[in-house]
Amino acid sequence: MAAERPLLEVENLRTYFDTPRGILKAVDGVSFTLDKGETIGIVGESGSGKSVLVRSIMNILTSNAIIPDGSEVFFDGKDTRNLSRSEAKHFWGTQMAMIFQDPMTSLNPVKKVGIQITESIRYHLGASKQEAMERALELMVQVGIPEPRKRLKEYPHQLSGGMRQRVTIAIALACNPKLLIADEPTTALDVTVQKQILDLLASLQEELGMAMILITHDLGVVAGRARRIGVMYAGKMVETADTTTLFHHMNHPYTEALFKSIPRVEHQSHTRLDAISGRPPDMVLDLVGCRFAPRCRYAQEQCITDEPDLFDTGQTGHRQACFYPVGSPENAEALAANQATGITAAGLDLTAAAVS
Amino acid sequence: MAGTGKVHMRGEDALVAVEDLVMEFPAGRRAVVHAVSGISFDILEGETLGLVGESGCGKSTTGRAMMQLPSPTAGSVRFDGVEMTELSKEDLRRTRTRMQMIFQDPISSLNPRRKVKDIVAEGLSIWHNDAGDTAVQKVNEVLDAVGLDPEVVSDRRPHQFSGGQCQRICIARALVLDPKVIICDEPVSALDVSVQAQILNLLEEMKERYGLTLVFIAHDLAVVKNVSDRVVVMYLGKVCEVAGPDTLYAHPAHPYTDVLLASIPEPDPDHPVSDRQITGELPSPINPPSGCRFRTRCEKVQDLCSEEEPELREIAPDHFVACHFPNEVPVSVNGDGDGDGS
Repeated sequence: MAAERPLLEVENLRTYFDTPRGILKAVDGVSFTLDKGETIGIVGESGSGKSVLVRSIMNILTSNAIIPDGSEVFFDGKDTRNLSRSEAKHFWGTQMAMIFQDPMTSLNPVKKVGIQITESIRYHLGASKQEAMERALELMVQVGIPEPRKRLKEYPHQLSGGMRQRVTIAIALACNPKLLIADEPTTALDVTVQKQILDLLASLQEELGMAMILITHDLGVVAGRARRIGVMYAGKMVETADTTTLFHHMNHPYTEALFKSIPRVEHQSHTRLDAISGRPPDMVLDLVGCRFAPRCRYAQEQCITDEPDLFDTGQTGHRQACFYPVGSPENAEALAANQATGITAAGLDLTAAAVS
Repeated sequence: MAGTGKVHMRGEDALVAVEDLVMEFPAGRRAVVHAVSGISFDILEGETLGLVGESGCGKSTTGRAMMQLPSPTAGSVRFDGVEMTELSKEDLRRTRTRMQMIFQDPISSLNPRRKVKDIVAEGLSIWHNDAGDTAVQKVNEVLDAVGLDPEVVSDRRPHQFSGGQCQRICIARALVLDPKVIICDEPVSALDVSVQAQILNLLEEMKERYGLTLVFIAHDLAVVKNVSDRVVVMYLGKVCEVAGPDTLYAHPAHPYTDVLLASIPEPDPDHPVSDRQITGELPSPINPPSGCRFRTRCEKVQDLCSEEEPELREIAPDHFVACHFPNEVPVSVNGDGDGDGS
């Protein structure tokens, strides 16, 4: 539709892993696009495939990964999966960069911070040691590290968690990537530091005009930061919309359940949380029907036998995959029917307290 | 940020009373880490006390010092009328059965080579030589209570479980000796939001069912609010503010509490991201700032703050703050007024 091609196009991406237990379908048919300078938030529980999704986009999967035919990832019009190793080396860093969850393990403990930042500058841009150091100093200032000159000569263990994450951001930004992928960048950090890092990412993104994929399990983190949100469950995208639409018209029961399980400050203390009962499915199995059905309060016969596809809800850019979307009359009927029998079609006991 | 001051203590009825707790660790070259510098609080029976603060504020150290792991450098910990710091090794061992802990990382706090039933039964086999049937029954009862099917899980090992399930096993292990107090040290911060809700609900249920008293340590104020009856906000080894959760959240008096609250990400896109942000880094606990320890990062700092350490004082009924220039708090608030309007 848009005249300009989006920066990133992911089309029916599937990533499987060959494991001793069988083929594990970590990502099973995900499509989305991302424009230049835009931020998309990808939300889901552990094991929903969100990290594998971005690793597939970057093409940094382990050797037992299988990407079946028909999966396409176009970045800036180029298919990233056909890059040779040497092309890929220059692709990472200058085009796409990534920040990981734990800043301690993503930094090399025995190299000084300055060396780690300048490494990619010297490699990709062919800068001299002197030039690279100057650029590193600039980056340190940009990511808000106090006393940057001194810090450049320090080792990661001498920095606090928040400072280390700032260093990894500096490394990611060193060669001006067009896309920054932040994989749970604040999960290992305190709330106060989390806010600092998210604020920093937002201001850098604006300043540098990068696109960003922000991965998290907390809807609160993406609410104020992403323009669009994709909710993933068991390797599938179950709902995508722009942030305001998503929060005002949650359609998918999983999105609703995720939202309800967040403890809110506005609520009185000892408010019972609406936890999601059960666990995500084992992805080695052949899954039939809606993958969320066993944990869903609204599940009906159809949910167990048929698999819903993502479809447009009528609102621009809002797509969801549920036969009984939240807020619809069908949904209310489904819930009433389940409540009458006390059990959903998938066997979830609605009367039991939400334990396990 | 004074912890000095005990106006918030509630006297004899407390089940646990911690007074002037000091915890220092040697840091080499005669330097000393002042992890906890004279804090006091008490816990009534059946209450949940929330301890909140950033990493490095001494909240975990406080929790461990209550268990005498290790014993505090100075100060007293009274548990059910017994002074824990003066107990002999053997008496301490016996007393500890009634005070249990749950840790942050559920997977690494379980022995990967042992079966679930043995992990949970360990306390019983140490304390009751008559193991056998009653022990098995008790283990099954607690496993069932935490929402795990004893028949299915007993013979499995920790790696076969997810993080949330491992945390349930840890809770079962803590419950098996019928403790009075459980100290939960960041029990949900390693878990997903959805699993976090399950565990928080479970803790509330267990508290009810077994008549527990909980100490809940966390850095996330929203989580702490959900479970606590009283909240102690800590910063760099000192107490900043003590109040009931609803009062504290509706009317934070300490500038630090204010910043902590503003940092919680709101799951609401219409709610503008607050532009309040804590500046700078946590000062080194080896050389903490004079006077109020929060002054180096405080928006309201005045000369007085570096000269004199503020003492905890009552600014509203059951609302205590250690700050020279606290935020205005409506005095008429009747303790539990919730901050509606947001």
